[in-house]
Amino acid sequence: MLKVQNLTVKIGGKEILKDISLEIEKGEVVILFGPNGCGKTTLLKTIMGFSGPEIKGGKITFKDKVLNGLPTEERVKLGIGLMYQHPPKIRGVKLKQMADYLSKDKEKVQELTARLSLGDHLTRDVNVDFSGGEMKRSELFQVILQDPELLLLDEPESGVDIENIGVMGGVLNEHLKKKGKSALIITHTGYILDYVQAKRGCVLLDGKFWCVGDPKEMFQAIKESGYDKCKECICPKH
Amino acid sequence: MSKTLKLEEKDKATVSSSGIDLSEKSRSASFYQQDSHTKLYQSFQEGIDILSTEEALAKYPEAKEYYGKNFRLLNRDFPQDTEGGYFIRVKKGKTIELPIQACLFLKAQGFKQKVHNLIIIEEGARVYLITGCSASHSADEGFHLGISEFFIHKDAYLNFTMIHSWKETVSVKPISIAYVEDGGVFISNYVCLKPVKDITMYPTAVLAGDKSRAVFNSLILSHPNSLHDVGSRVILRGDDTQAEIVARAVSLGGKVIARGHVKAENKNVKGHLECRGLILSEKGQIHAIPEMETDYRDVDLSHEAAIGKISKDEIEYLCARGFSQDQAQSIIVRGFMDVSILGLPDVIKKEIEKIEEATLKGSF
Repeated sequence: MLKVQNLTVKIGGKEILKDISLEIEKGEVVILFGPNGCGKTTLLKTIMGFSGPEIKGGKITFKDKVLNGLPTEERVKLGIGLMYQHPPKIRGVKLKQMADYLSKDKEKVQELTARLSLGDHLTRDVNVDFSGGEMKRSELFQVILQDPELLLLDEPESGVDIENIGVMGGVLNEHLKKKGKSALIITHTGYILDYVQAKRGCVLLDGKFWCVGDPKEMFQAIKESGYDKCKECICPKH
Repeated sequence: MSKTLKLEEKDKATVSSSGIDLSEKSRSASFYQQDSHTKLYQSFQEGIDILSTEEALAKYPEAKEYYGKNFRLLNRDFPQDTEGGYFIRVKKGKTIELPIQACLFLKAQGFKQKVHNLIIIEEGARVYLITGCSASHSADEGFHLGISEFFIHKDAYLNFTMIHSWKETVSVKPISIAYVEDGGVFISNYVCLKPVKDITMYPTAVLAGDKSRAVFNSLILSHPNSLHDVGSRVILRGDDTQAEIVARAVSLGGKVIARGHVKAENKNVKGHLECRGLILSEKGQIHAIPEMETDYRDVDLSHEAAIGKISKDEIEYLCARGFSQDQAQSIIVRGFMDVSILGLPDVIKKEIEKIEEATLKGSF
């Protein structure tokens, strides 16, 4: 479904992603680990076609269509959706306006609003004066309404209380259980692993992939030994 | 005094674009002045006095006491060569549900309209007032001077919305002073979305009474070759008084000077200034000048200002939800000019949203 081939990306002249390759099959969930600043978010931004990351080599294809140079909204139309780590505030634009645009299914909007406890937020400006957890719930709400085939989740659970992680994990799991839904998920806390069926995890260090394996085992090893140990277990062929 | 208004079709559209309901169905009282002629005034509800200032000065002895009182209070001079303007008084304890409207219309080519308005909200009364100022297609090189004196008595509430709908060749100078007594609330909204040659205004609210409050909100769309030198000033004189000044300006190529001044003349007062500006054209200019002043330590005065182009992050965020770049820009500008900040009842809010929508459509 998604193919990243020999991708090299620079931001402000600095090489952030160095000749990386990654493939995500239809229906597959891949977990992306890595310390701060290793290039995880840059990879998601590059897949989305945001300004900033500059592709210096390689290509990205989605459903056999080359994404390089394609405007963000075209990528969204193809079926890619992003849940932001730090979304911007959109003053004067109500969350309800976004929901109405993203889904015509009023029942679904209503149900998801209730499940994610966003009833009071619908009439508020998107992300303005939202707490960290509220922002994450609102992000998940929007991206699930968007109903993408490939979900890109950038630290979906960071800053969310345990109870809400459960709710969000449930919503996410339901979406991913639907036929053909894939995801690439960045996580630092690992909580999300309890809610999604991910068979593959990979570690990004200094702009390169270093390891691939069972995400739960990998997360345990990272917790115990840190990311440096990942370099010893070199597995560059994925 | 005529009870019906005869206007040319073209003028009807212009007058309506300044928030005036020509059917008067959604209004509790109306006043209409064209150039220097008062054409109509009538009230549909008890408890409202509405007539021209000249007639009010002749009819009510107390009107003379109000005339110029706020200027004398601040030791300021004011132009004496005015003709017309409205006198609006809402009687003690009356709550007027539907807004009162006043229209000041420039019709003749090159005409200099100079009006002096008196607005008196007696103790405990509550009202919304919309003043729509506009210029006919024929009114090139026109000039409008609008003096307004507001008297918000004890525990009274006035939500005053001024909508300007001028044209490229018209110069405008409103001069306003509001005096607010104990527990009184003065909310002043200013909406200017159409081109104008230049507009200069710096309305002042004196919060003389304890626990009184003033809010100034402005929504400005500045077209190429327009100059808006606009600001609001609040003097916090009474105990526990509060002021908020919020300005939103979008420049499509015009120049906006957004001033704001909050002066604390008592302890235990609170004031906040906020100016946000968006520049959508290379030629646009926005200059925010917030001022805060106090001689006391126990006050809470703050300001925030942010001006620049539309944030790339915001555009990309909306594109990531499926909107095109152009749609995203349009959504952000409309959101930026959100009429909700004016704190108006739904009916007026929707009217202004319609005017805004019509103006913004195709503006950028």
